[in-house]
Amino acid sequence: MPEIQLSDNAEEVLARLWVASEEEDDPSCPVSELEVEDRDHAVAQLLELDFVERSGDELSLTETGRKEARSIVRRERLAERLLTDVFDLGTVQATEAACQFEHVLRRGIDDQICTLLGHPKVCPHGSPIPPGECCRAGARAAEKVVSALAELQPGQAGVVAYVHGQRREMMQRMLAMGVLPGSPIALIQKAPSIVFQIGQTQLAVDRETAQNIYVRVTGRRPAPRPSIPWLPGFRARRHRHRPR
Amino acid sequence: MKIRAIEFLKNAITARLGYRCETCPAVAPLIERKMMLVGPPNVGKSVIFNELTGTYAVVSNYPGTTVEVSRGQTRIGDTRIDVLDSPGAYSLAPISEDERVTQQLLMDEPVDLVLHVVDAKNLRRMLPMTFQLIEAGMPLALDVNIIDEVERSGHTINADCLSEDLDLPAVTTAATLGIGMEKLRGLLADGMPDRSGFRVQYPGPIESAIAQIGSFFTREYGIASRAFSLLLLQRDSSAWEKVQQLDPDAVVPIERVVRETEGLYSDPLGYPIAIARQEAADQIVQRSLTPVTVRTRPDFRQLIGALTMHPVAGIPILVAVLYVGLYLIVGRLGAGVFVDALDQHLFVRYINPASEALINKLLPPTIAELFVGEYGLITLGLRYAIAIVLPLVGAFFLVFAVLEDSGYLPRLAMLVDRLFKRIGLSGRAVIPIVLGLGCGTMATIVTRVLETRRERIIATFLLALAIPCSAQLGVILGLLSGIPLGLAIWSIVVGGVFLLSGALAARLVPGESPCFYLEIPPIRRPSLRNIGIKTFSRLKWYAAEVIPVFLLASVLIWVGQLVEVFDVLILALRPAVHLIGLPDTAADAFLFGFLRRDYGAARIFDVHGAGIVSGIPLVVAMVTITLFVPCVAQFLVMIRERGWRMAFAVGAIILPFALGVGYLLNIILTTLQVQL
Repeated sequence: MPEIQLSDNAEEVLARLWVASEEEDDPSCPVSELEVEDRDHAVAQLLELDFVERSGDELSLTETGRKEARSIVRRERLAERLLTDVFDLGTVQATEAACQFEHVLRRGIDDQICTLLGHPKVCPHGSPIPPGECCRAGARAAEKVVSALAELQPGQAGVVAYVHGQRREMMQRMLAMGVLPGSPIALIQKAPSIVFQIGQTQLAVDRETAQNIYVRVTGRRPAPRPSIPWLPGFRARRHRHRPR
Repeated sequence: MKIRAIEFLKNAITARLGYRCETCPAVAPLIERKMMLVGPPNVGKSVIFNELTGTYAVVSNYPGTTVEVSRGQTRIGDTRIDVLDSPGAYSLAPISEDERVTQQLLMDEPVDLVLHVVDAKNLRRMLPMTFQLIEAGMPLALDVNIIDEVERSGHTINADCLSEDLDLPAVTTAATLGIGMEKLRGLLADGMPDRSGFRVQYPGPIESAIAQIGSFFTREYGIASRAFSLLLLQRDSSAWEKVQQLDPDAVVPIERVVRETEGLYSDPLGYPIAIARQEAADQIVQRSLTPVTVRTRPDFRQLIGALTMHPVAGIPILVAVLYVGLYLIVGRLGAGVFVDALDQHLFVRYINPASEALINKLLPPTIAELFVGEYGLITLGLRYAIAIVLPLVGAFFLVFAVLEDSGYLPRLAMLVDRLFKRIGLSGRAVIPIVLGLGCGTMATIVTRVLETRRERIIATFLLALAIPCSAQLGVILGLLSGIPLGLAIWSIVVGGVFLLSGALAARLVPGESPCFYLEIPPIRRPSLRNIGIKTFSRLKWYAAEVIPVFLLASVLIWVGQLVEVFDVLILALRPAVHLIGLPDTAADAFLFGFLRRDYGAARIFDVHGAGIVSGIPLVVAMVTITLFVPCVAQFLVMIRERGWRMAFAVGAIILPFALGVGYLLNIILTTLQVQL
């Protein structure tokens, strides 16, 4: 689908219409009730793109418009989730920011953020987030895309996404030890300390440090040690390590 | 005939000195060179050092074994090379104190060759340091060591490829197996390599900052300006200090450039710099690392390694290690078998009576007293050193060497990290603490591997207070092995003091709480040869340290007795000794304890042998002497490492504290009428 540059206001109109028809059982909406800046211009653009139909004062979505509107709502609510869950903004603040943020999220990126957030089902206000392709595909393996090393399960592997830390020394140290964006990393064990494999090295760190290493999870890699099925904490491995 | 004789003599001399004979030293003057081994911890720098120089620097299987610079010499052909072994460093921008030693060394000591030693299986991770050394303008060669472990995993590293990419000489070695050492020697004989033309390309803003900063320097900093500018960009404190000292006018403009560049990035500049280096390293590794065959044989060593770190299985393994290592080997074998054989049989039965008979016949009684009296040089000084202290310390060093070389210590560190956090230390501190069970003096030096000043202070304090050295430990385990309840009381009290005073110190000593990170080396089978050499060399160090002090103590006591100072001191100590419920005879043990901890312990052992101290007083004495002031040697090291103020403060806390604990323990045990 070609990239259509809808104005922010036009997107807002589409979103309201979608919410009205899908969630409030109100298939159409009087134009005069839309409290959107520069309303007439926005409506004109939508009519031109054949996203909405107008009969008298009533405005309703067309089929193409409905798809577009659904995607806008999805992006908006995902943005709210992202801003509250990841950036830790309060819900009021998040709603305001999300409106602007949503416009930036392009199709495709929304799926990545959805996966990153673990395919959330509702926005922070409790309204459902329309599921995307990623949710259907990833419904089974609901693994977060990026996660702090400390939150992974033993046996999970991926590449380092970024290292973030308040303590410059710790960060410098991790960089010097090869914990760098793009380095393959696998969690070996979580207790009593966190042990992970980076390249050919095993490193033990404390929880605080492991909280600051973010991993883009790519799946499960055989733990770089033999499994001991009869002991708790050890996972039997299924995959064989294949050399590159 | 005459000529032949001279020829023979010359050959004999040159052979003795290890020259090849073609060039006589008299004709061709020796070429002298200096080289330095640098590299990350635990890659075998010290093994290579030992191989080259034929001396022994302590080698083991954990990061941070070397905390001081070792110096030695080697001769290759007609070249004499001074070899420097540096503490491990992950990067040129140091964080811990041992790394700082290496940075200082690189900046201040001009050498003809820097040999960067790296671990072959972690080449990718270690090349960034090679880049930093190239940037620093060092005459550099690369030694990719532990190649055997890479080959075991089915890869090989092409040294020629590396050499070409990095524009410097490179070899692969497995130093512990002696593989590739000839090639390495050849490389060293070739002399000083040209500066490498290799260059890591950093992102534009950083490159332009480097150029700008470089233009402000008016002085030489011991390393090339590109490397020094990068250190400044990464806010390395010692680099900034140096600029402040040498180039005070440049500080403001440099600060401006660094701040502008920092403004362009959301992370500290170390981050984009590290990423650029890593990308360069990845390209090189891809070219030089080639897979050969893959063997998917289950590895027994990996299984053991995993078990020792297991949250459940790790604990019984730890208990077993402590039981076998400390109780059986140091306590039973060291204190029981060795000391008994040497002391009771060799000295008491043969040497003492024989020397007494001989010396009493030869010398007047006052002088004879010096040699064979109650505190005589032979009957006490030499006997304590050789028959009591050395076997105990030797037994401990043996255990410690096995622990070190197997790779168990870092795993222990990882197991106890959470507990140690409570006492203000990180798991990393187990290395000095466990070593402290051998010798507190050595351990106090090794506290350098700890990263923060706060950790070093707490570890030094705990080593002085609650960690018995192996001589004490051996004596304690030996004496108390017959009374399990006594041993239990001792363990609980000393362990409790360790944890409580640690927790208290963690609250009182200011500073951030430590982060824990430690490389876990693979479990390796210790080489008997290395264990033997290491135990022997440590014991040699220890004997050289202890025997003169013991002998001196005998002389001092003898003089003290002659002028009656000794008796005054003992009288002065008596009230304190009485306070904790001990008989008069224990007073001199405490006086001995001032000189050396092990000396005091040996005294108690001896006095107990005469059946004087037993039951509750014995347990109380053991606890008090464990906590009591550190010996003179440890105290001197404390002053050197932490400053005299700190050392005296620690001493001032410990003295009343140890007696107080002894006093309380005595009251509690006698009130409860504990039967020991």
